[in-house]
Amino acid sequence: MKPPKFDYFDPTTVEEALDLLKEYGEDAKILAGGQSLVPLLNFRLARPQVLVDINRIKDLDYVRENNGTLAIGAMTRQRTLETSEIIRSKCGLLTDAAELIGHPQIRNRGTVGGSLVHADPTAELAAIAKALDAQMKIRSSEGERTVAAKDFFVTVMTTVLEPSEMLVEVEFPALAPSAGWAFEEFVLRHGDFAVVGVTTVVTLDAKQTCTELRLAAIGVDETPFRDPEIEGLLQGQKITDSLLDELAARVSEKVDPFTDLHATAEQRKHLAGVLAKKAIKKAEEAAILNLKKES
Amino acid sequence: MPQAYRSVEITVNGLTYNRQVEPRRLLSDFLREDLDLRGTHVGCEHGICGACTVLMNGYTVRSCLMFAVQANGAEITTIEGLAKNGKLHPLQEAFWENHGLQCGFCTPGFLLSACELLERNPDPTEEEVRVGLSGNMCRCTGYQGIVESVLAAASKMKAQK
Amino acid sequence: MKDGTATMVMTPPATKPKKKEVSGQELRKTWVGQSIKRREDPRLLTGRGTFVDDITLPNLHHAAILRSPRAHARILSYDTREAENHPGVIAVLTGEEVGQMSKPFPVGVTAAFKYYSAAVGKVRYVGEPVAVVVASDRYVAEDAMELIQVEYEPLPPIVNCEAALEADAPVLHEELGNNIGCHRLLNYGDVDQAFEEADLILKERFVFPRYSSLPLETYAVIADFDAITGMFTVHSNFMGPFSMHAVAARALDVEENKLRFIVPSDIGGSFGIKTSIYPYIVLLSLASRKAGRPVKWIEDRQEHLMASSCQTDRVAYREVAVKNDGTLLGIKSKVIENVGAYLRAPEPACTFRPIGNFVGPYKVRNVQLDAYVVMTNKCPTGPNRGYGCQQIYFEQERMMDRIAEELELDPIEVRMKNLITAEDMPYTTPTGGIYDSGDYPKAMDLVVEMSQYTKLRERQKKARAEGRLFGIGIATGVDPSVSNMGYITIALPPEFRARAGYLPKSGSAESATIQMNQRGKVSVTMGTTPQGQGHETVVTQIVADELGITPDDVVIVDEFDTAKHGWSISSGTYASRFASVGTSAAVLAARKLKGKIIHLAAALLSVPEEDLIIQEGKVFAKDNPEKNITVKRVAGTAHWNHELLPDDVEAGLQARAVFRFPANVAPDPQDRVNSSNTYGFMVEIAVVEVDPDSGKVNILDWFSVHDAGTIINPKIVEGQIYGGALHGIGGALFEELAYDDDGQFLTGSFMHYVCPTAVEAPKLTIGHICSPSPLTLLGSKGAGESSSETAPAAIAGAVADALGPLGIRINELPLNPKRVWTLIHESKTP
Ligand SMILES: Cc1cc2nc3c(=O)[nH]c(=O)nc-3n(C[C@H](O)[C@H](O)[C@H](O)COP(=O)(O)OP(=O)(O)OC[C@H]3O[C@@H](n4cnc5c(N)ncnc54)[C@H](O)[C@@H]3O)c2cc1C
Ligand code: FES
Ligand code: FES
Repeated sequence: MKPPKFDYFDPTTVEEALDLLKEYGEDAKILAGGQSLVPLLNFRLARPQVLVDINRIKDLDYVRENNGTLAIGAMTRQRTLETSEIIRSKCGLLTDAAELIGHPQIRNRGTVGGSLVHADPTAELAAIAKALDAQMKIRSSEGERTVAAKDFFVTVMTTVLEPSEMLVEVEFPALAPSAGWAFEEFVLRHGDFAVVGVTTVVTLDAKQTCTELRLAAIGVDETPFRDPEIEGLLQGQKITDSLLDELAARVSEKVDPFTDLHATAEQRKHLAGVLAKKAIKKAEEAAILNLKKES
Repeated sequence: MPQAYRSVEITVNGLTYNRQVEPRRLLSDFLREDLDLRGTHVGCEHGICGACTVLMNGYTVRSCLMFAVQANGAEITTIEGLAKNGKLHPLQEAFWENHGLQCGFCTPGFLLSACELLERNPDPTEEEVRVGLSGNMCRCTGYQGIVESVLAAASKMKAQK
Repeated sequence: MKDGTATMVMTPPATKPKKKEVSGQELRKTWVGQSIKRREDPRLLTGRGTFVDDITLPNLHHAAILRSPRAHARILSYDTREAENHPGVIAVLTGEEVGQMSKPFPVGVTAAFKYYSAAVGKVRYVGEPVAVVVASDRYVAEDAMELIQVEYEPLPPIVNCEAALEADAPVLHEELGNNIGCHRLLNYGDVDQAFEEADLILKERFVFPRYSSLPLETYAVIADFDAITGMFTVHSNFMGPFSMHAVAARALDVEENKLRFIVPSDIGGSFGIKTSIYPYIVLLSLASRKAGRPVKWIEDRQEHLMASSCQTDRVAYREVAVKNDGTLLGIKSKVIENVGAYLRAPEPACTFRPIGNFVGPYKVRNVQLDAYVVMTNKCPTGPNRGYGCQQIYFEQERMMDRIAEELELDPIEVRMKNLITAEDMPYTTPTGGIYDSGDYPKAMDLVVEMSQYTKLRERQKKARAEGRLFGIGIATGVDPSVSNMGYITIALPPEFRARAGYLPKSGSAESATIQMNQRGKVSVTMGTTPQGQGHETVVTQIVADELGITPDDVVIVDEFDTAKHGWSISSGTYASRFASVGTSAAVLAARKLKGKIIHLAAALLSVPEEDLIIQEGKVFAKDNPEKNITVKRVAGTAHWNHELLPDDVEAGLQARAVFRFPANVAPDPQDRVNSSNTYGFMVEIAVVEVDPDSGKVNILDWFSVHDAGTIINPKIVEGQIYGGALHGIGGALFEELAYDDDGQFLTGSFMHYVCPTAVEAPKLTIGHICSPSPLTLLGSKGAGESSSETAPAAIAGAVADALGPLGIRINELPLNPKRVWTLIHESKTP
């Protein structure tokens, strides 16, 4: 299990990296944290001729607050999600979900951008990006475009990125101070990719009526699952157990998962519903707490 | 122009090494074979077992998921650098006293992971130790001796402060 | 034996040696029984251990192995030219050449099929070696490996062992005409009568999966062939039994003394798995011969998962005859053992190793075993921690629970009813095992007490009332250690064994060599190849006690070298043999040395030997302590001053001893055999809760009581129990080496083969009773496999108990979320 030969570049600026991507096109691959790409290289399941290592581009590692949004540079390590105060205060869901990604050693290297572009069907960050309508800032030597998360993920391990393109930033909306959130998942073993996971953000008004529900599920389709109709179920409603049961049933019904070594499609459907209910309940409780803190 | 070999300067356990490496050379192989530091072990080469864990600039990383070229300019601590001046690190002592190892193949990885764990959380609960070390596999001990060792080291290190 | 039993629940380790009365008047320190810190730890803690991959040799080259992507296919052609021309490549060795350069491995069955270290003519499992590339480094070797073209003609694969028995099943080895590697029908007692007398007959079908205790260090071999002398020198993490050395020598077609095995001081775990490295030793030896230089091969994890070794999977039909009071009268068992593509020595030991303890701790006298050992398109199998026992105890203990269920008895009660008692010891089982000592009811009482079993049942009632799936599982097992080599010949029919010229096999021995230098310090070498069991420490404790010195005075050399060490066919570290046979050899050697010291001291002091004792570094006259001499001076004399040595005394001070067990005989014509030598006991109580939504089994509590005879180092034994239990739990809940119906291998990475981490590992409450073995010199028994044999049954029992209210029966492992969820789901959908 040794990686095949490749040519190696470690540019220090985004522009240099983009030039290399343009020059080598399909033959090149970006190397970010390496926590998904290097295993593939070691198994010789990926064999790019050129690796463009972007670890030396200092400009891609940042967390910034821009009026109401949180901009995270693609090379920001997953570990920063756990430690950054700005992230905790503006989008605590990212902080809480970070510890679900692998292990400390993985998060020390693995990046936010790498996780999104790798587009594993059970990546936590992909679920959050989809649930929160994150915006992906993409650059090539030709220019820049922004793609919404809902359009970014195409299928298993595939995004809209062209070979000459690089994800440079992801922008998450800041969560309302009164919002509550949760990420619930089922794993076989601690730190593994989830079998099924559900993330949700619940916003309540002063009367504890739900004004907004965001919900995305992973492990149930090729890309994170989100459904406006399901999210609408709680709109303007007090959250009750029977309403949640109905919602859970809808989730189970609507998702279209697969059977693999570790779980059956039926089991995944069931779990998606159960975890949705559990996550919403947890998020609701957190939202109520936040409401109390506010008043 | 891409080069078949690259010069790197890497500081390992306080000593700076200059070497020529092929870009695809894994950091784990570089440490073991090029520097002959055989204490870093390799158990899976796909990032799961944790045997190859080393500290890079103070953070734990999988040396099987990095290329040596990527460590150019970095400071690395391997198991060989843990004991200082012939004196075992408190974690090493605790592993010795609490039967924290059997075959010892996983041990270097566990020790370095535990170093970071205690640095981030000097007073962990048993549950936190288990979660904190879940990125390292041991096939001999059933983990109990390891968990007890880390908890013992934590109290010892706290007492020393 | 009853007098010898004592109860203790794990006490904190003592650090100071205790004073203990030894022989009436002799008061001395004892190190045996203490949890002294391990001698091997300092090097391992600081990264200075020596594992095979840490060794390098001049002009060392590196190998990569091209493996079959197909489960079953004919090899039509190889094209190796491009690979051979690749820069850095020294040689390419194909399976075809392996067929020319070596002989098939011998194996102890009558079926005549050919097994080589690489595929010859046909591939029979995914991962089977097809060719070897030797190159300047592993990266280059892997590059070149990809350039080899192999043309295959696909053949239909067969992976299911029952289907492999069907008349129209694809046949792996055409020369056999079917897939049966071995078939024996064994009868003990009068099974027919037992079933006639029964009030109740129950029958179940069981499926046990393939898993591996999977060491963290993979296989590693450095082979070096010397063309001038014809000598093969091999460094590897081979663990024994050294009978496999003989098998490897036959394949290489060299005399045993021309095949030198060197095992370094450190092996990164093995658990039986590294026994089966020997085909790779042969393959790499051939590669070295072809390449004309030393060759290193470090197996990668993917290779290890798909093509090293593992335990068998099997299907078993078990029928029991029972009285209404729960008395077990008879067992009929039909077993279909899946050994994979080649029946590889020491298989079919999996089927026969537990023959002597087939009945476990129960008194049943009538047993029938109809055993089919079947070859399919999966990786060949071999020893794995617990070897054969986890399978039979799973079947046995599931049956005990079925009996309890059917007769509405408590599962503890049914087991108690049938247990062999202390009065029965030593107990000869119907299959020929001789249980040396034990008090099974006492151990059972202890686990009931420790677990507060009655309260557990109350907890369960409450949980069930709340709609929770809460279960309690009980599993007992007799833990056999130190295999009698003879058991393997059960694979041969008695007529075959009776033939003139057939060399019967029996026995198990271990040797120790001890040397005292001129300053009275001691070094010891053993014929063992430890993989983390702490032999250095344990031998140190023993030798220090025997010679009245301290552990600091003793150095143990863990490396093993067939050219330098005393060893025999049965040497090695397997079958939990060290604690019994290894320790006894150390004691014997130390005693022999002590005898020599006393003999020489007697001459130097002019005092009769009988009047002398050794204590704290001195030899004294018992009645006249003034008359004494230091051991150091005796040693100094032996080495430096031969003038003072009596004629019958050798110069220098050393002793070598071989310990062997008395009751090791070959199987009798009725196929009875004492398959092991010491027999420990364990009983587990597992408490679980099943999450109906995910199907996940959560372990809430675990109680484990053991009788391993005298315990030399409690911490080390505790570590073995923990490790063994987690292997059993891993196999029962998480780990499976899975194939699809086409023989494609599905679990080639740690993402797919799921090993538990510290988060999944339960904390155990461990208790001990001690029934010293009358056969070993310290009374110790093996404890290395213990809970790996009973944990799967305990989990199965607990999950069955939890799911019982849903009408679910558990007859198949692993109980991973997928299976458990599906069972629950199906129970709800009519
Ligand atoms: C043991 C283990 C457990 C893990 N568990 C989890 C888990 O539970 N959840 C989870 O989500 N992940 C998990 N991961 C994966 C981890 O999060 C990875 O870090 C992540 O999937 C990829 O990020 P990376 O920075 O390491 O990217 P790399 O591995 O370097 O790259 C991944 C892919 O993305 C491309 N890429 C990277 N960055 C960019 C960019 N800026 N622009 C364009 N393309 C880019 C690369 O070319 C490559 O194709 C685990 C990994 C391991 C080894
Ligand atoms: S060898 Fe690097 S994680 Fe296993
Ligand atoms: S001590 Fe052997 S793998 Fe951990």
